[in-house]
Amino acid sequence: MTIETKDHMALPVVAADRTYRPLYLTAREDLLGLVASWVGRCLLFAITSISILTVLLIFVFVIYQSIPFLQQYGLASFLCSTDWYPQADPPRFGALALIIGSAYVTIVSMAIAVPIGILAAVFLSEVVTHQIRNMVKPVIEVLAAIPSVAYGFFAIKALAPWMQEYLGIPTGANALNASLVLAIMALPTIISVSEDSISAVGRELREAAYSLGSTRLETTVKVVIPAAHSGIMAAVVLGTMRAIGETMVVWMAAGNANQIPSPWWDLTQSVRTMTATIAGEMGETAKGSTHYSALFAVSVVLLLMTSVLNVISNILLGRSLRPSYT
Amino acid sequence: MQGHRPQTMGWTPIPEAMTMEISRPSVTASQITALPSPCPCGVIKAEAFSLYYGQKVGVRNVSMEIYPCTVTAIIGPSGCGKSTFLRSINRMNDLIPGVRTEGRLLLDGHDIYDKRTNLVSLRQQVGMVFQRPNPFPKSIFDNVAYGPRLQGIRNRMQLQQIVEQSLRAAALWNEVKDGLNKSALALSGGQQQRLCIARALATRPRILLMDEPCSALDPIATGRIEDLIEQLKASYTIVIVTHNMQQAARISQWTAFFCLGELIEYDRTERIFSNPTNKQTEDYISGRFG
Repeated sequence: MTIETKDHMALPVVAADRTYRPLYLTAREDLLGLVASWVGRCLLFAITSISILTVLLIFVFVIYQSIPFLQQYGLASFLCSTDWYPQADPPRFGALALIIGSAYVTIVSMAIAVPIGILAAVFLSEVVTHQIRNMVKPVIEVLAAIPSVAYGFFAIKALAPWMQEYLGIPTGANALNASLVLAIMALPTIISVSEDSISAVGRELREAAYSLGSTRLETTVKVVIPAAHSGIMAAVVLGTMRAIGETMVVWMAAGNANQIPSPWWDLTQSVRTMTATIAGEMGETAKGSTHYSALFAVSVVLLLMTSVLNVISNILLGRSLRPSYT
Repeated sequence: MQGHRPQTMGWTPIPEAMTMEISRPSVTASQITALPSPCPCGVIKAEAFSLYYGQKVGVRNVSMEIYPCTVTAIIGPSGCGKSTFLRSINRMNDLIPGVRTEGRLLLDGHDIYDKRTNLVSLRQQVGMVFQRPNPFPKSIFDNVAYGPRLQGIRNRMQLQQIVEQSLRAAALWNEVKDGLNKSALALSGGQQQRLCIARALATRPRILLMDEPCSALDPIATGRIEDLIEQLKASYTIVIVTHNMQQAARISQWTAFFCLGELIEYDRTERIFSNPTNKQTEDYISGRFG
């Protein structure tokens, strides 16, 4: 196609007139685009809100259900008494032993799992070759895929008789048993997450440490682990959350005796956790009864504990990412 | 990384007190096969030295002597083994699996690749500055005090003295003296690189290896580092790998040209840049190749 100009010079022109879209949107296109982007935005927002809303609604629901009990029974006697006798007349709902039981089992299991987990992560990332690491790590991660009831079964059928027979403990279902199994369950999380963060420490930092005359141990302890500490911290918190929220294993293996361990260092006593109490008693309560509501109050305590943990971990992570230290 | 920490020695100001006993903790008189240099800086001598990564050649058959208290530049096209050669002087290549060496690489007559070599002691004597600034994610003070602390210096006053001297020697003191507790990562790239130099100096090395120390820096920061190298060469043997030929011409007294893992030419810098004997060197320097 050519254009005839005045002086009869033929200019070649790209066949444009009809194939290019006009530069300006028509009013209708403009409106449609606006609507489309608005709809897309709303859709994505709605999908994102589902998870946020679920969390919020669970909080609201649990708190709402526990209000009748707290009004009737009082927060002080709920938190400060160890008498948990829902079938007595009048029923008594002192949850202190349950709260301490949960914390006790969690702390003991973390005391076992954290050092082992971090050392295993250091071993995998710093000591062995890549090939071995790539073989071993998936095996460790399989531990996380075993259902907790299988762990519970192992605890009660293998660990408990062994403890009775060889350690001379009167009952195999005790805090030590539950803590050991919880530790095993938390290990894959701790190892995997901290190994990732240790491996992520750059080669530059290691080289700097070696070039200043550090041995491998000094490089690991003074440079690599401090540089990876935020990830290690996250790993520990994730493991703790797993342990504190675990139900099946503690229900099966901890013995479910409603008592504060005394003396506190004796790990062979039975304890009872909040999670096990809720799981064990929820089926027997009538909907709307005081007992039913009391179990929700226990859930509130549990939720608060995990939320506080979460907040602490966020603060720790935030602090470690800040560029300035003192 | 094998190696035992040598016995702690008292720390004394950097250049003056580089006596032989302090500088060479692990080498006893009987182990020294060649005469030590009169200057406290070390002499590096390669005798038909080769290094392989598995089957791949890193450097092949390099023989050269690096003279004390001078700046020696290593130039050459990418992948020619100049960094590999530099990193074999403090055995940084040991971190890579499958590395083997042939020939000898001597520091004051002591074979660096002898299996009895104490790597901790070697790396204390042969400091290194890397291509990209790599300060530890710690405070400025802790970065510089890292090496002295490894050597067992705990006294706070002494550490402060070392840190101040090292930072002054690295021309960074005036910029950071009011914020020694700030994170090293908050510094600019050029400051971080000078911090890394200070950190290397605080270990009291005799030899300073620099692996393209200015390649990640802007021209102003580069100028400062070059000034610094000029000052340091009185007290240290400096080996610097650089891609920047003007830089090599500006700061070095000796220049080695590497190509494909081999040492092509090694001579005084003026001669290399004005009248090279080898055709390849001439082509590279005039920009026709590489």
